[in-house]
Amino acid sequence: MAKKLMKGNEAIAQAAINAGATHFFGYPITPQSELIEFMAREMPKVGACFLQAESEVAASYMVYGAAGAGARVITSTSSPGLALKQEGLTYMVSAELPAVIVNISRGGPGLGNILPQQGDYFMCTRGGGNGDYYHPCFAPASVQECADLIVEAFDIADEYRMPVLVLGDGMIGQMMEPVEIPEYKKYVPNKPWAADGNHIARGVHNRINAMDLAADVLEAKNNKIQAKLKEISEKYVKYESIDVEDADLVLVAYGTPSRACKNVLKKAKEEGLKVGLIRPISLYPFPKVAFDKINPKCKAILAVEQSCGQMIEDVRLSVLGKYPVEFFGRTGGNPIIPEQVFEKVKNILGGTK
Amino acid sequence: MLEQVIVAGFGGQGVLRVGQMIAYAGFSEGKEVTWAPSYGPEMRGGTANCSVVVSDSEIGSAQLLEADSVIAMNLPSLHKFESAVLKGGKLFINSSVIKEKATRTDISVYYIDANTVAEKIGNAKGGNMVILGAYAKVTGTVSLDSLYELVKKTFTGDKAKFVDSNIACIKAGAELV
Repeated sequence: MAKKLMKGNEAIAQAAINAGATHFFGYPITPQSELIEFMAREMPKVGACFLQAESEVAASYMVYGAAGAGARVITSTSSPGLALKQEGLTYMVSAELPAVIVNISRGGPGLGNILPQQGDYFMCTRGGGNGDYYHPCFAPASVQECADLIVEAFDIADEYRMPVLVLGDGMIGQMMEPVEIPEYKKYVPNKPWAADGNHIARGVHNRINAMDLAADVLEAKNNKIQAKLKEISEKYVKYESIDVEDADLVLVAYGTPSRACKNVLKKAKEEGLKVGLIRPISLYPFPKVAFDKINPKCKAILAVEQSCGQMIEDVRLSVLGKYPVEFFGRTGGNPIIPEQVFEKVKNILGGTK
Repeated sequence: MLEQVIVAGFGGQGVLRVGQMIAYAGFSEGKEVTWAPSYGPEMRGGTANCSVVVSDSEIGSAQLLEADSVIAMNLPSLHKFESAVLKGGKLFINSSVIKEKATRTDISVYYIDANTVAEKIGNAKGGNMVILGAYAKVTGTVSLDSLYELVKKTFTGDKAKFVDSNIACIKAGAELV
């Protein structure tokens, strides 16, 4: 498709359709409503199934069911909706079901508000449901990246039979940018494990199951999930890194705040300060390797988040005390203002607080 | 080049549309563009605004608190965003609606009697196009030709009849400045 201007929400929807999504189940919630609206309008045109569920919980089990039957399936929501979907998510990990889950996050906790915020980092990267698991989580910072990551998320989900989450904040969902969406490709399932009704031809009944009563069986499943995650952690680390090799200070930010940080980099350069940026694109697996390239004499790392500080824990685990880790955050839907981040940078580098 | 512009007014004045047209026109000229709406729990008749960035290199922040230019379509927008214009920047005021004058002296202010001009053309809803024409002419962010092309592409089929009157509004706006 030719490049055109789209909202992040619309680009995600179009990319999912073009990636051959056969089913969408969801429930409207701001600020991702354009996504579900787009799906409602466009999915039937390619013979795909759009269904508005009665709740987020129902939607997540519709995803479970469709994925179990071999469909290429996606659901989308915003923060409080994802909290409700967590039960279905942990069941999908247990039953080894591929699906794409989109969270266009908003202010919290609770019902919060509809403005962009990044308070869902833990819920999206730590395995937000019960049990021992993680799942891949990717965070686009542009509309183009929204489209590209959705297409890849479907493939990774299928490769590992695991839900994959794409986390954008409300601003990424709402803003318009030029984007080129990959061409439509009809999905041809190749899922010999699916409960797809072909048991007679296959000679066996496939079981989709999230419960294993025997200790050894469940332990084996846990080991299998961990082995998959280990492989994903080696294969799908994604990040952008700018000028970290000779930086005196490195900013770390994902999604919308990372864009404000690029303004900060420009300002820093103008004033002769050496500031770098690490922008994690995969939040799970977190790009620890990116931190190995930082100037050994770097004075500090500054995590910038639209939250009270969540990703900063992964930053600390990545630098392991090698550099002091500072924090700048805003909440309530307030944007990250480049000038304020730059003030903080100057304070850190100048030694004043 | 880097142009950051905030467009603000009442819901229904075509504020978001003006922002989108600047973005689309910039995009058609091969520039990098972002368009970001202020969204929130808004009242009917409440204020709406959007931030647009047009640049020839990668764009960082799409949400603007300060801008090179502000287009104010109603009084609350003037009050809210006059201070957001960067020193030496430009402020476009829809003087058909806003009877107050700007207080800043370190910026260029353009009073555009947009609605009156649009009504004379017979396109009562075209006030936003008039001020868009003035903005494009003064700032040169996007060319008038790009805007005309965009109007032709936007209004097709049943709506093709709106092409001429909208182009006339943009042209009239450009001639005011």
